Amino acid sequence: MNVNYWRILTRPLIDDNPLTLQILGICSALAVTTSLDTALLMSLVVVCVLALGNGSVSLIRNHLPHSVRIIVQITIIASLVIVVDQVLQAYAFDLSKRLSVFVGLVITNCIVLGRAEGFAMHNGFVASVLDGIGNGLGYSLILVMVGAIREFFGKGSLLNIQILVPASQGGSFEPLHLMLLPPSAFFIIGGIIWYIRRKRPEQVEKPEFTLRPRTEESAE
Amino acid sequence: MSETAGKDSAARALGVAFAVAFVCALLVSTTTVLLRPVQRANIETGRIMQLVREALPDAGAKIGVGDLEAQVVELASGRIDTGIDPAVFDTETAASQPETSAEIPRDQDLARLRRRALHAPVYLVRGAGRSIETIILPVYGRGYQSILRAWLVLDGEATRVRALKVYEQGETPGVGSRVEDPEWQAEWRDRPIYDADGVLRIGVATRAGDESGPYAKFLVDGISGATRTARGIDGMVRFWLGEFGFGPFLQRVRKGEIQ
Repeated sequence: MNVNYWRILTRPLIDDNPLTLQILGICSALAVTTSLDTALLMSLVVVCVLALGNGSVSLIRNHLPHSVRIIVQITIIASLVIVVDQVLQAYAFDLSKRLSVFVGLVITNCIVLGRAEGFAMHNGFVASVLDGIGNGLGYSLILVMVGAIREFFGKGSLLNIQILVPASQGGSFEPLHLMLLPPSAFFIIGGIIWYIRRKRPEQVEKPEFTLRPRTEESAE
Repeated sequence: MSETAGKDSAARALGVAFAVAFVCALLVSTTTVLLRPVQRANIETGRIMQLVREALPDAGAKIGVGDLEAQVVELASGRIDTGIDPAVFDTETAASQPETSAEIPRDQDLARLRRRALHAPVYLVRGAGRSIETIILPVYGRGYQSILRAWLVLDGEATRVRALKVYEQGETPGVGSRVEDPEWQAEWRDRPIYDADGVLRIGVATRAGDESGPYAKFLVDGISGATRTARGIDGMVRFWLGEFGFGPFLQRVRKGEIQ
């Protein structure tokens, strides 16, 4: 059996991106992208949880009874998230406080369970870990882009380093407060999805139904 | 498919579920236990530094960690106990051991703690000439559904609250959790603690008529929708400033007996 590991790792970056193609994990993407540092940390958390979760599920997939598979997967994922959360509270205290509940909410991030059930249950250990890392990176890619855009236009800084001097301190930059509010993440993610689908029309979904052409009777 | 049938038996399902749960429980509890000391130390340093910066907008930036003087006070007498190293002293452990704690009389137990340690840490910031400029007291009490922990910052004469900083709470998000709001905490700035007769009057207005009553200037506005949390704060502040809390220590400060 010849598995293309490189493809497994890179496919979720753009071609099969969990955020822009499958539209999963939007909730956390809205919440943690007000600045670049929280987006980066959240990315790291999701990559770790996805890789470890996929790996563990893949290891026990042959012993896992069909009837209890989901709850077992959730147990594994939840434990991993708690462990990661505890490590953050010990070694990245300030940032973990700013991420607040959203580290814990990685448990409910559809990408994690989706990959465990959709991929790790049917694939070997190495492939599953790579798939986890790949999907984590795909998620991270969008998160970092959104985080950078929001922090730059919302605060005029990147990674808390002030780049543009705001008008309140005598500069010429007027911060866009909308960027710090959740809707702006929707706009930006929407823009990214539009751009990717324009470049890759095969990602455009088929309409669920088409309108019938206008007939003489209905026009009356 | 015969193998799949065996794989799906109820016994097998239970077995796998238990095994996974056991391994996961072991993993989670090991990490929490191993990391707890680091997390505690983090919370502690973070708290004090942040407090000093936020509570003292005028002088906060100038105060370094070195200017913070930690002491342990024997609560009943109000004397500083130099025999205990404040860096090692752990209030929670002390409060849970019978020999290092005391039962709080029912009628005085405003913070609903039942027991409190015999000793408590205090932090002093000294000004020029070694006079005490600021007193920082760690306080805690029961709120609506969690233990509230806060720093109470007093002026050097121990007659006014300069700031209250709630740093840990698990109250209802968006309602009781508003005790952490800077706007609400700013209400505590420069509140007098005692009336002219030296009676403890400071607190939170949570009952009808409080705000138009004779002691309105001692009372901080309550939080609508979070009466029980607000009463928790009220009880906590009044208990720790009172006779069974830091009262004797503060009295000594006012008399100039604390050097």
